This record gives sequence, C-alpha cells and structure tokens, in this order.
Amino acid sequence: MPEQLLFAMEVTLNGLMAGVLYALVALGFVLIFKASGIFNYAQGVMALFAALTLVGIQQGQVPFAHLINAIFGTEVHHFPWQVPSLIAIVLAAGVMILFAWIVEKYVLQHLIGQPDIILFMATIGLAYFMEGFGDIMWGSDIKKLDVGLPQGMNATIDQVTFDWFGYGFFIDNLDIVAAIVASLLVAALTIFSQYSKQGRALRAVADDHSAALSVGISLRFIWVLVWSIAGFVALVAGIMWGAKSGVQFSLSLIALKALPVLMLGGFTSIPGAIVGGLIIGVGEQLFEFTIGPMIGGATQNWFAYVLALIFLIFRPQGLFGEKIIERV
Amino acid sequence: MFYREAGDFKTSYRDDSQTFPIRLDRMGYYILMFVAFLVVPFFINDYWVNAVFAPFLIYAIAALGLNILTGYAGQVSLGTGGFMAVGAYASYKLMTSFPEVSILIHIILAGGITAVVGVAFGLPSLRIKGFYLAVATLAAQFFLVWVFNKVPWFYNYSASGQINAPERSVFGVIVTGPNTEAWAKYMICLVFVVVLAWVARNLTRGMMGRKWMGIRDMDIAAEIIGVNPLMAKMSAFAVSSFFVGIAGALFFTVYLGAAEAGEAFGITKSFLILFMIIIGGLGSIFGSFAGAAFMVLMPVFLKNVLVGGLGWPTDLAAHFEFMIVGGLIVVFLIVEPHGLAQLWRLTKEKLRLWPFPH
Repeated sequence: MPEQLLFAMEVTLNGLMAGVLYALVALGFVLIFKASGIFNYAQGVMALFAALTLVGIQQGQVPFAHLINAIFGTEVHHFPWQVPSLIAIVLAAGVMILFAWIVEKYVLQHLIGQPDIILFMATIGLAYFMEGFGDIMWGSDIKKLDVGLPQGMNATIDQVTFDWFGYGFFIDNLDIVAAIVASLLVAALTIFSQYSKQGRALRAVADDHSAALSVGISLRFIWVLVWSIAGFVALVAGIMWGAKSGVQFSLSLIALKALPVLMLGGFTSIPGAIVGGLIIGVGEQLFEFTIGPMIGGATQNWFAYVLALIFLIFRPQGLFGEKIIERV
Repeated sequence: MFYREAGDFKTSYRDDSQTFPIRLDRMGYYILMFVAFLVVPFFINDYWVNAVFAPFLIYAIAALGLNILTGYAGQVSLGTGGFMAVGAYASYKLMTSFPEVSILIHIILAGGITAVVGVAFGLPSLRIKGFYLAVATLAAQFFLVWVFNKVPWFYNYSASGQINAPERSVFGVIVTGPNTEAWAKYMICLVFVVVLAWVARNLTRGMMGRKWMGIRDMDIAAEIIGVNPLMAKMSAFAVSSFFVGIAGALFFTVYLGAAEAGEAFGITKSFLILFMIIIGGLGSIFGSFAGAAFMVLMPVFLKNVLVGGLGWPTDLAAHFEFMIVGGLIVVFLIVEPHGLAQLWRLTKEKLRLWPFPH
C-alpha cells in the first residue's frame, strides 16, 4: 500500500479518537438542551472545574489557599494527605451534584419563562463565574491529572499494523480508553433514559414541559437531575482531556469546539452528538493533513466552524435534529 | 420637582419627536457635550486616557454596533472580535498603502470594508436562526483571526507578525503612533463616538430601525406585513459591522498602536462586548454607553481596591474580576433583563413625580 494512504488512514483513526473526545463534551450540551431547552455554554467550564476539583481533592490541596494566604498572611497550601483516585472521583462527582443543585436553586428557578437567548447568556455568565471561582479555589497553575489511565503508544496496534502493512500506526492508549468510556457512557445513558422511571420522566419533560408537569413530574427535580448528569459527563470529559493535556484554562475552550459538533449533529440528538463529533474529528485532521500545508497550517482553529456553517446552510436543523417548524 | 415635562410645550411634530423631550434632559445633554469637548481635553493625562477614556469611547462604538445587530435586529453574534480585527487590518493596509490620504478617511473606509465582510458572514442568517446563528458567527471569529495570522500580506510581511500604526496627523495634530498627546487621542475617539451615536440613534428610530425590531420580535410576522427579511438582516449586519470595524480601526491605530490578531481580537473580545450590551441593556443607545463604561471602569476599580487598597496579588484580583463579571451578568439577567438602561429609565420615571408622588 502506498505510504500516503497509510498516513491518511492513521490520521483518520486519530481523528476518530479526537472526535470521541469532542462528542463527550457535546453529550453534556445535548442532555441539558433536551431536558430544559437551555443551551448550556458553561459545559466546558464545568469540565474544567470538575477536573480542577478532582486534582485538588486527590492531591489534598487546601481550597482557597491563595485567598487565605493573601488575607491572613499565612502559608497554607496542602493538607498532609493524598486521596486515592477512586474516592477523589466520587467526591468530585458529589461536588458537581451540589453545583447542579445550586444552579437550579439560585439561577434557573428565577429564569423560568425567559426567552431562550436570555438563558443562554445566563450560562455564559455562569461560565465566567465558575472560571474565576475555580481558579480562586484551586489556583490557576497547570496541573497534572493522573488517575492511573494508561498512556502512550499502543504497542499491539503498532505491531499488528506493522505486520500487515509494514508501517506501524501510532494510536494513543488514552484515546482508546476514552473511546471505550464514551461508548459505555452513551450506552448507560440510553438504558437510563429508556428503562428507568426517572429517565422516562426526563424524556417527558424534554417533550413537553407543561404536559409533564400536569401528570405530576417535578420539573425542579428533573432539572437538578439532568444538570447532575451533565456535571458527571463533564467530569468524565475533564478527566479524559485533563489526562491528555493537563488541567488548565484551555480546557474550558473545548466547549467552543463542541459547538460545531452540536450544530452538525443537531442540538437534540444524542446519536447526533456522537456522529457529529466523529465527523468533525476526522474532518479536521484530514483537512489539516491534506490541505493544511498548502495554506499555512493550524486549520483546526476554524475548520470545524466553517464546515458546520456550510452544512447548516443546507440543513438548518443539523443531521439528526428535529425539523424546525415556525408558526406566527 | 425640576425634572418634569409640565410647562414644556410642544408646538410642532418635530419638537414632539425629538430625542430628549424633557428640557432638563436636553440641558444635561448639552452640558455633557460641553464638558466632553471643552473641559476634559484640558485636564486629561496619559493615565486617564489609556486606562479609562480611550477604551471606554472605543468599546462604546463597538457596543453600539453589536447592539444594533443583537439588541435591535435580534441576531446574536459572537464574531465581534473578528470584525474588529477586519477594521484594524483594513486601516493598517490603507494607512501603509496610501500614506498621503487622511487617516479619517482610512478609518471610515475600514468600517466600510468591515461592513462588506460582515454582510458576507451575515448571509447564513437568512437560513440559520437563534443559537445556530450565534455559533455560526464563531466561524467568522476564528476564520478571520486565522487569516490575519497566516497571510503575510495583511501584516506587510513583518517579521513579528504584528501590525504597527505609523504616525499620522489630522489638521497638523499627531493622532497615531507613540508621540500622540493624550488629548489628541481622546478627541479623535470622541468625535467618532458622537457622530456614530447620532447616526445610530437616528437609524434606530427611523424606518430601518423599526424593520429591524420587527425582525427581532418575530421574523415571519414581520415578513408577512411587508418587511423584506433579506434587506433588513443584511442592513443590520452591514451597519453593525461598519460600527464594529471603526471601533477596531480606532482600537488599533489610536489606542493600542501595535496589535496581533489572536491576542487583541480574540474570542474574549467578542464576549466582552456582548457582556457590555447585556449589562447596559439590549436595544438601547444609552445602554451601550453604560455597559461600556461599566465594563471598562470595573476592572480599574477592582484593581485599585484589591491590589492597591488591600494589597492582594494581581492574579487573585483578576480571578475575582471574572467571578464578579459572571455573577453580575446572572444577577442582571434575573433582576433586570433590560440592563442599566432600564434602571435609568425607572429612575427617570420616579424623578418625574419626585418629591410629590400624587
């Protein structure tokens, strides 16, 4: 097989893996959008905050150490213990649930009935708030996240492909883990929403708020639930991205990367988020590989947006979105 | 007691439809103009112009532009930073290609070029609505910044990839470059702000503004009663981008002097200006100014209090700024979705009756 084609295949595979990570973030968006019609811009910052919290708990950092030091002139930074990964993950998930409850009680409750765009802007405000809060709580330095996930090149794939084609593919172990986790997560969410009582209630709310209310479903509970699930998805995404590139501010920008994924897949569809993520992941890697060198490289910055923009002109509701019907 | 329309008789339609129908408002406006043009320039120094006045005036223009698009025509845009970059790079190319032409013309032309680019990126708004459009404008943001970073022609093949504003003067007074005096910087921004605010006010209360608001409130209904959505949306994009382009040109030539697209005109700038119009008030000229003033003054204030007053480290103060901005946006959306402009309106309502409420 020609060398170029092999390269392209490797790039495609890596693109698929990157796409899974985009899809993970997009999934959180879709969940909240379906259940409450809120376009949650803060999803990316939630991933950052979850990852920061996880690392902070794991390493036994003192929350608000920087602030305490500044006010009282002390020198505290770490507790004398370290927390095992699993317990830290559970605690971080707990923090995200607490966060969901606070958001519901103090923000969403007061914004019921407002136009969608107001809610969207409120989540932008929320994102800014959390970003500052997370930095004050845990410090803004780049942190290394290590929960024992395998990293580095997968030797088996390298060996097998070398035997077949005479060229070893480079696939990161972490990406493979991420792909497995993402598929498990999607499967779990699907089973939850199809077969559990709460899941059915959630779908009912997504379908029609007032009809759901009239049959006795508590809207408040469903909102807390769905924000908690989204917080959990954010935690998973934060772990994956954090393990890949360190926990830092740029993590919150993956939210922006997830937006074109959503537009491609449609805001209301979980399979859409996955397929959109894969298309964007592969598309941007292949574009950078083939066209990128000709026009100066670094095309990943905009390719996804332009692709989504062009796509939307032909199909405004995205691939799997519900048909938009407008009435006066 | 003093602030009321009693005794302020209107004898013509013109009088009746003026911007400031109450005498005290009018007087306030004239006094403000007098102070802005004839008092401030004599007392201004470098610190004040660089920390407060120049950013406030320039962001006010950008906020006016975005408010026309988002507040009046209802098209949410997250591409403001990218359009500001177009204005900045267009003015740079014009200034270096035609050094003999006045910089005022360059800045206005830069606005015109931005308007064309804005219309091009606004075309999808005919098919895409709401959030989808907001995300689609991100394409403009990232693509434009990338183009200005990657195509060397735009920065005249300079080694650093930066653009630097050459020295130019208006009527013999230097207005760009490192030798500019504080009052000259202030005056050129002020002139643009006053003229553009006047234009914006009169556009938005005329036929065009009414069409925009019709499209904002419900585009299908507006179409049925005879508003051409293509023309209304495209004109909103064009006018808005024109304003934003001029803001970008001034931001680069007068305020920064040297700029790099990704740093000066990144996505954070788009959000900053969006916050200005949310806090100030969507669909309000006064709100654009109030929001710009608020977002410019608050960091200065916080820095003085937290770093200067309490002796905290600067990074901590910066994080607090994030928290306060975010928190304030949420609070504003909950308590007063129409922003500072609505508070101002309510205050004026109350003042009319004060101190005899019956």
